[in-house]
Amino acid sequence: MVHDHDFKGHLHGDNFQISLVSHSQITRLYSRFTSLDKGENGTLSREDFQRIPELAINPLGDRIINAFFPEGEDQVNFRGFMRTLAHFRPIEDNEKSKDVNGPEPLNSRSNKLHFAFRLYDLDKDDKISRDELLQVLRMMVGVNISDEQLGSIADRTIQEADQDGDSAISFTEFVKVLEKVDVEQKMSIRFLH
Amino acid sequence: MRSDHWLDSCPCWFWLSRTPKALPQTLRVLQAVCILLCRDGRALAHLASPWRQWATLRMERGAKEKNHQLYKPYTNGIIAKDPTSLEEEIKEIRRSGSSKALDNTPEFELSDIFYFCRKGMETIMDDEVTKRFSAEELESWNLLSRTNYNFQYISLRLTVLWGLGVLIRYCFLLPLRIALAFTGISLLVVGTTMVGYLPNGRFKEFLSKHVHLMCYRICVRALTAIITYHDRKNRPRNGGICVANHTSPIDVIILASDGYYAMVGQVHGGLMGVIQRAMVRACPHVWFERSEVKDRHLVAKRLTEHVQDKSKLPILIFPEGTCINNTSVMMFKKGSFEIGATVYPVAIKYDPQFGDAFWNSSKYGMVTYLLRMMTSWAIVCSVWYLPPMTRETDEDAVQFANRVKAAIARQGGLVDLLWDGGLKREKVKDAFKEEQQRLYSKMIVGNHEDRSRS
Repeated sequence: MVHDHDFKGHLHGDNFQISLVSHSQITRLYSRFTSLDKGENGTLSREDFQRIPELAINPLGDRIINAFFPEGEDQVNFRGFMRTLAHFRPIEDNEKSKDVNGPEPLNSRSNKLHFAFRLYDLDKDDKISRDELLQVLRMMVGVNISDEQLGSIADRTIQEADQDGDSAISFTEFVKVLEKVDVEQKMSIRFLH
Repeated sequence: MRSDHWLDSCPCWFWLSRTPKALPQTLRVLQAVCILLCRDGRALAHLASPWRQWATLRMERGAKEKNHQLYKPYTNGIIAKDPTSLEEEIKEIRRSGSSKALDNTPEFELSDIFYFCRKGMETIMDDEVTKRFSAEELESWNLLSRTNYNFQYISLRLTVLWGLGVLIRYCFLLPLRIALAFTGISLLVVGTTMVGYLPNGRFKEFLSKHVHLMCYRICVRALTAIITYHDRKNRPRNGGICVANHTSPIDVIILASDGYYAMVGQVHGGLMGVIQRAMVRACPHVWFERSEVKDRHLVAKRLTEHVQDKSKLPILIFPEGTCINNTSVMMFKKGSFEIGATVYPVAIKYDPQFGDAFWNSSKYGMVTYLLRMMTSWAIVCSVWYLPPMTRETDEDAVQFANRVKAAIARQGGLVDLLWDGGLKREKVKDAFKEEQQRLYSKMIVGNHEDRSRS
């Protein structure tokens, strides 16, 4: 077994949300973290993520990698790695411990939606502007769609979602548009064991 | 096991029977054990088996006592993945979000991002490619601390057992194996050089085949490789190409000790170069200079010339191009499948219980790797000779290569992957990302033909 102090040291002091992940799951993810860490210095850089071929071919690969790195930093340690992955725990797991007084768990519906919102919001100003939407769309479609068509798609999307007339999508408007989508299922990753 | 022992134990007999008659008792015992190792490595395997099982049970019991769950690595992946396509997934997300009836007009939805996001996270947690380039993690311990990443001190008895194992492997088995390897290699060089002086003809071919075979068999003993060959009636014939999955340089020795092959490879310097030059004197192998390797037409031309000459031996090629860790088969390079010769596929599957044969070339050099092999308990593997295949008229080289690869993967119980083994060192090509982008664009705007007015 991996020694407890190997990764618990990284997680020490963090909130109870990570302790809800089972011991064996943490062990597996730590094993994964160390196998990605080619420099063997206990942190991952952007290059370590880009070495995964299936992630490199994902059109939004760079945005997803960015989500792991806090503002202005180039390295992520195991705790940061787990925090980001904790957003994708299935919501049913929270049934086991109903602590109504604790902080909202990272994998709540609202936090999952916030994670997706941050993928669109490039400059982190809590609004998705037309430009930002265009840039993300361009990443997703590559060279296959013309600028005019992409522009009209972006305009239509903002028009449908925008309620307060500022030609940008705020988080509340984002949640309203997606209120019927099964976020819990689509943004969750299940462990096999 | 075949009973032609005279071939492989011949030099050992010669070597050992020259010791003087008045031998101390211990040396006689040593002689007997040496002969035992030479003739039947299975005895060793049977001896070690109950100890291995005991060690694994002891570890599990120790783990339960301390309330830990023993970390069992799963080679089938750690997360649940749906094998649905991009189109199906995105349609499902849109269907759950909209109350209007599903019409297939292409359009963009904000929820589309969920698909890419989740797919990306899944690959970060567990992807199919990067885990093929490091040694497989085992479920039970094989008394080698190097192959169990989660080794920790559990009990004194277990540590003593492991220490005893180290002693036996390093002080007893290793010197014997090095001696055997030295004998094998020097006999190969000397033997093939001598055969090279003979005039070309049937006698020279006969001698060269048997010299090669004898030396490879000695090398197999030097590694204590216990090999089971299946379907030997399908063995490659002259004028054909033998393809196999690649796990380590030992694959060559394993196959060549059961048949006669012509080798293909790059010319090396040093000891390898000496061996190569000696071998090519006895019978025609295909060695390329470093500069010639880049020229695909030249390579194809030389290989074609070789297979068209029916008097020459079948070529042995590993189309993956690099060593993979024996849990999967990766993309076969199409070069050897364009030549038009009959292809004889061979599947090689190693049993990691006695020693892991995978060569992680970014971690270990060749010498370190060979030392690790010689200090393992044994190398156990199975070799299946599959029925020969030829290219059909309506398939091209790539489809043919994939068909052969699928057959090998099926037989060996390996995962069949389309990814290129070269990803071990190189970045993935942009074409794959562009393919994903193209598929997604179709979902937003449809095909070029029915693009509506913007």
